[in-house]
Amino acid sequence: MSKEIREHQEPFVRMVKRASIEPKKAWLIRGIALLGAIITGGLLILTLGHNPFEVYASMVQGAFGKKIAIQETVKLTIPLLITGIGISLAFKMRFWNIGAEGQILAGAIAASSIAIYFDHLPHAIVLILMGLAAFIAGGIYGMIPAFFKAKWNTNETLFTLMMNYIALQFVIFLEHQASWQDSRSTFPKVRMFTDTARLPKVFGVHIGWIIALIIVVAAFIYLTKTKHGYEISVVGESANTARYAGMNVRRILVRTMFLSAALAGLVGFLQVSGSDGTLTETTAGGVGFTAITVAWLGHMNPFAMVVVSLFIAMLERGSNSIQTSHNIPASAADLLTGLILFFMLGCEFFINYKLIFRGSRKEEANG
Amino acid sequence: MENTKTNAVEMKNVTKTFGSVVANHDVNLTLRTGEILALLGENGSGKTTLMNMLSGIYFPDHGEIYIHGKEVSIRSPKDAFALGIGMIHQHFKLVDVLTAAENIVLGLPGGATINRKLLSQKIRDISQKYGFDIDPDKKIYQMSVSEKQTVEIIKVLYRGAGILILDEPTAVLTPQETEKLFRVLRAMKDDNKAIIIITHKLHEVLSVSDRVAILRKGEYIDTVETGKATQQSLTEMMVGHSVSLSIDRPEGIPKKDCLKVHSLTCINSDGVKKLDQVSFDAFGGEILGVAGIAGSGQKELCEALTGLYPVKGGSILFHNEVDGHLVDENLVGKSPDEIIKKGISMAFVPEDRLGMGLVASLDMVDNIMLKNYRQNSGPFVDRETPKKTAERLIEELQIVTPGVHTPIRRLSGGNVQKVLLGREIECSPQLLIVAYPARGLDINSSYTVYDLLNQQKKKGVAVIFIGEDLDVLLEISDRLLVLCGGQVSGIVDPRTTSKEEIGLMMVHVGDQNKENQANLQKERKEAATHE
Repeated sequence: MSKEIREHQEPFVRMVKRASIEPKKAWLIRGIALLGAIITGGLLILTLGHNPFEVYASMVQGAFGKKIAIQETVKLTIPLLITGIGISLAFKMRFWNIGAEGQILAGAIAASSIAIYFDHLPHAIVLILMGLAAFIAGGIYGMIPAFFKAKWNTNETLFTLMMNYIALQFVIFLEHQASWQDSRSTFPKVRMFTDTARLPKVFGVHIGWIIALIIVVAAFIYLTKTKHGYEISVVGESANTARYAGMNVRRILVRTMFLSAALAGLVGFLQVSGSDGTLTETTAGGVGFTAITVAWLGHMNPFAMVVVSLFIAMLERGSNSIQTSHNIPASAADLLTGLILFFMLGCEFFINYKLIFRGSRKEEANG
Repeated sequence: MENTKTNAVEMKNVTKTFGSVVANHDVNLTLRTGEILALLGENGSGKTTLMNMLSGIYFPDHGEIYIHGKEVSIRSPKDAFALGIGMIHQHFKLVDVLTAAENIVLGLPGGATINRKLLSQKIRDISQKYGFDIDPDKKIYQMSVSEKQTVEIIKVLYRGAGILILDEPTAVLTPQETEKLFRVLRAMKDDNKAIIIITHKLHEVLSVSDRVAILRKGEYIDTVETGKATQQSLTEMMVGHSVSLSIDRPEGIPKKDCLKVHSLTCINSDGVKKLDQVSFDAFGGEILGVAGIAGSGQKELCEALTGLYPVKGGSILFHNEVDGHLVDENLVGKSPDEIIKKGISMAFVPEDRLGMGLVASLDMVDNIMLKNYRQNSGPFVDRETPKKTAERLIEELQIVTPGVHTPIRRLSGGNVQKVLLGREIECSPQLLIVAYPARGLDINSSYTVYDLLNQQKKKGVAVIFIGEDLDVLLEISDRLLVLCGGQVSGIVDPRTTSKEEIGLMMVHVGDQNKENQANLQKERKEAATHE
């Protein structure tokens, strides 16, 4: 009975899970986090010897300042948004699909093969074929791990991750095929597509942005109004309840994963046909991973994901532009992006939990 | 100091809130050395929260705690141990592959080696002192529930605890094991230990405790001498108004064939037999009670009947009417959706309400349509019909909820159960299987549930009631099936059978069973030849 714990003292800080939070308060926390991120980032910029206000202004300028800047930002948003929605379908089911990168490439490969071998067909038909091929190829690529999970309960995280590398290596293999290269060059690179395999533009951006907006609305309806969407939310919450209700959990798993990956496959088509005009190792370029952030920050809500993907695209564009305008090294620009994302993701903790500090309990009891 | 009764624990104006929920509000509690204090209250009245603050799991928002007259601050279970407070939780925290002795010393400071001989001796000493019956070298996985509980108690005593808290220790025990536990508690009391026992079973309170402290909805009501209390007076303090404590058993309802289960055998994924040659009949218009120690095959039985658990052998014949013809459908090997497609209306209220029967994060409408969302054609779900059903159920069953669009997990346990039971009854089933329907419910909600089951029985539904409270089972059932280790140890008439007899059947499959089963087979053969 002599240890110091006998003293009447409560712990300095405690964590308590919130039962619920009013939306107003949640947005306040997000606002504070954003402010915190901007201030911390500002300090970083100061130590680099620049004026934070100028640098931030030039970030926004870089993303939205000129017409061409806006077009570039939108171009970056499209793949993030569609992949994010695709991933969210699987995530809602608690199927951790981190293989969107590979699924994008699978779609891109299928679309490219149409572009390479069938570009003599009419423009519209080539595009429809490319889209269909990408959708199906991506879907099947994602169905494989889902099938194994349903049948033998394999770990989908490892499975989908590993399949990313298979797809990537296959792209490199194709780059070395003479029939896929430009006839005048021996450089290992897939040749540029002809115009019949390129997506038309509306307002200076390939029509992928219209497709993306259609997908947003369709995904919202699919998730909230259809029987499939209902099944996804039940399976995601509890597979046991789903079985109890007479649902075929395996079929739902495979079907949903097909759709999830098919959307990623579609992104592959938009990238090769709309954005890049050819297939390269960087066609997916990390979109499959960034889209995970989009899905989480958007709370799996398609409309929220529009805002989040636009925000992330803006950060990416902005950090590119400060590299040239202020001579800030690429690594520091990435650090700044990372900081902002860290704050935005971190604030979700404060939305789910509240901290109680020592000495604050008197006020709490009164209030 | 030996014989004078001092205050071992004193809690003054202790308050604990979780978000907007006040779990304990200005609670005062006094525990003397050398006494057994029963902490009585309905589920959700804050008993466990209060004790968790004493054992260092939660920290009070305000209020003071005195141990042996000294004000203390208990910030972690370690602090509680240092103060000599030991809690025996409802769910045991033991390592299955270790022996009793190894579990007892687990986590204690000491060298890298254990002097097993000395340790075993010490454990035997404790056992002898209080009348435990334990083999220190037995592995946990080979133990019965009651033995595991004994290990938990010795674990606490071995660490030198003088203040023991037992959270619903009898919930998992047979009547005989309960009596044994109470003998041990009395022996500890004579050794001047201070004991708190959390329970909501009134007759146990009366038989074992010296004083009773009553909580209601987080508020401290009173502490009374057990000698001056009765079941009725305690209930009134616990509920806040007078209630009738008897359960109806409507008699004379015509019986009709519904379900014939024959030699049902199930094996789990580890190859262990969970159900072994189970045979019984269930008739429309009666409640068939199922008793047994937790884990005797109740869960597997429910799930096998509803197509959720693989069946190894035997048959489940459901008496069904198809186009005016009566047929016995064998349900073995059919999945739940195949059973639904057969037109068999079977309702099942599972034990795990939020993990199997309902989807916690979805609202009431989405939960109501769980089983029949496929009914309309087209790819879209129809939420209008279930919404109307939900609104009607809220009114009929007096479900307390902010609205039909509130997530189910926000509702209290009783209301969750009403939603689940309401949905299952809504499909007008021929067979209704309910597993532990009143677990965790307050007295009023429990009686609503019993009433609903009796209503179904009067409508001619066959009800299978899996329960844990023998008093309730004996009062409500028309026949009572007792399970023991996956076998049927007998089907008895609850009007003429005592609790002790059932207790024996729960731990021992006797000759009576073989006789019963033989009789059942003979009857069936005769019936078959008559047809």
